[in-house]
Amino acid sequence: MNAMPETSQFVETAAGFLPPSVAAASRQETLPMDTRQTDRRATSRVGERIKEVAANVIPPLVVTIVLLVIWQIAASDPKSSLPSPLRIWQDAGDLIFHPFFVNGPQDIGLGWRVLTSLERVGIGFSLAALVGVVVGAIIGQSQWAMRGLDPIFQVLRTVPPLAWLPISLAAFRDAAPSALFVIFITAVWPVIINTATGIRNIPQDYRNVAEVLRLNSLEYFWRIMIPAAAPYIFTGLRIGVGLSWLAIVAAEMLTGGVGIGFFIWDAWNSSRLSDIVVALVYIGLVGFMLDRLIAAIGKVATRGTAAA
Amino acid sequence: MIAPVEPRSHTIRNARLPGRAFLKLEDVRKCFVRGGVENEILREVSLSIEEGEFISIIGHSGCGKSTLLNLIAGLTRVTSGAVLLEDREVNEPGPERAVVFQNHSLLPWLTVYDNVRIAVDKVFGSAKSRAERHEWTMHNLDLVQMGHAKDKRPSEISGGMKQRVGIARALAMEPKVLLMDEPFGALDALTRAHLQDQVMQIHARLGNTAIMITHDVDEAVLLSDRIVMMTNGPSARIGEVLEVGIPRPRQRLELITDERYIHAREAVLKFLYERHRYVEAA
Repeated sequence: MNAMPETSQFVETAAGFLPPSVAAASRQETLPMDTRQTDRRATSRVGERIKEVAANVIPPLVVTIVLLVIWQIAASDPKSSLPSPLRIWQDAGDLIFHPFFVNGPQDIGLGWRVLTSLERVGIGFSLAALVGVVVGAIIGQSQWAMRGLDPIFQVLRTVPPLAWLPISLAAFRDAAPSALFVIFITAVWPVIINTATGIRNIPQDYRNVAEVLRLNSLEYFWRIMIPAAAPYIFTGLRIGVGLSWLAIVAAEMLTGGVGIGFFIWDAWNSSRLSDIVVALVYIGLVGFMLDRLIAAIGKVATRGTAAA
Repeated sequence: MIAPVEPRSHTIRNARLPGRAFLKLEDVRKCFVRGGVENEILREVSLSIEEGEFISIIGHSGCGKSTLLNLIAGLTRVTSGAVLLEDREVNEPGPERAVVFQNHSLLPWLTVYDNVRIAVDKVFGSAKSRAERHEWTMHNLDLVQMGHAKDKRPSEISGGMKQRVGIARALAMEPKVLLMDEPFGALDALTRAHLQDQVMQIHARLGNTAIMITHDVDEAVLLSDRIVMMTNGPSARIGEVLEVGIPRPRQRLELITDERYIHAREAVLKFLYERHRYVEAA
């Protein structure tokens, strides 16, 4: 991602390359000689920053606009089966601009629906994280548990979320715990497998240190195992949170309720295609944010470990 | 288990028990079994070490030096024979036999301070108050001149500094025996000389019993009271034990021309390169 081609959009000044607006502003100002020097440096730093942000923001913006234009052209035919972007804008404007309205028990803004879904993911994924790390830690410690369980996990982890739903509905006889179970069972495998791998890869040196210090198993778990395996654990959690967000939509489509998944199903049944598209964008953005959130937590939690 | 030692003011311990060795290896034999094949690493290793002695173990690579150290540390068990510390058999690791590992083995997610503190908390958790433990941690960091970097992480300090923290961590456990596995092996020559001097000073102040593995002849002669020379493996034995006999304190530069130093150096070199030359894939 090099910003070189974009320099043409900037104006060269004594302070370096600046966007036209900033350059114009700095020309209009006549400053006393003594403050000019520092001011120039400050302007140059601001210029650098703007350049940096522009380099990251402009390319995706351009691509998005191009795609929207193509979509608009492709779907502008009146007989088109899918709505065009402008059509969506007109149809679903209230969904886009008012995410938190409440007009009745089933007629609520997408923001509320997303929060409901996030609550489910929060519960299901937390359970998966907890169970995954503990089970992974046990398996990573034992050669026999690894040999015995790993093949089973490798098979189970490929089962799609929806395939678990009938079984969990039969077992729990209720939609709410079934949805949670589906999230849990989808997200737990990568956490288990990555934790176990991380723990098997703890260097012998750290184990020796723990042995010389005579750490007991609880101290070993908290002070050596978890921090040493943290980079692996967070990789597992990141995959897991992505999968659980995939699972929530599928689960809600079938179990009902007020979540974002059910909203899509409901919109499909009443042929509100524009609403579905808006919901898709919501789901995508929230999933992206969840991923970044776990990555950010992981970055903070594993500082030091990763650099070693 | 070990009773926590009283907070010791760092003075030389001279209480040598006459006629009874402090640390004793009795006819130690060690085999590793891999794929049904038994490999004898060490055999007939017997050695008595006095309290406060500084011992170097030297030999070519693959002669089982590290295995011997791990046996004393309790990280591996003897196949037959025994390791006795103050007449008690060693069969598990413990803080009274602290190890300075070759690659420092600091925990990268802890700061320099916490790396030492974890050892202090574990060994003196019940014997010292929180404030005393903090003080003891800082005392040991200052001993290796690392107090200034206490809040840094291992990834932020140099190799020599990491090794110093590793030494501080080991010393903070107040070990009866300090075990060092090629502690300066990964360092450049200047840093190595600096750390050797520091270890000599610390040994002079604390009077620890120390066992160091090395493959550096000068290091062995400079630091040790006795040098244990190992024959080549497999089935390595103690080939010869050399009494260095140079009075302490020793000065690196003065020793270069010292008769006893030259003699000791020559003896070790002759052992290693004439009588037990390293043979590739013997």
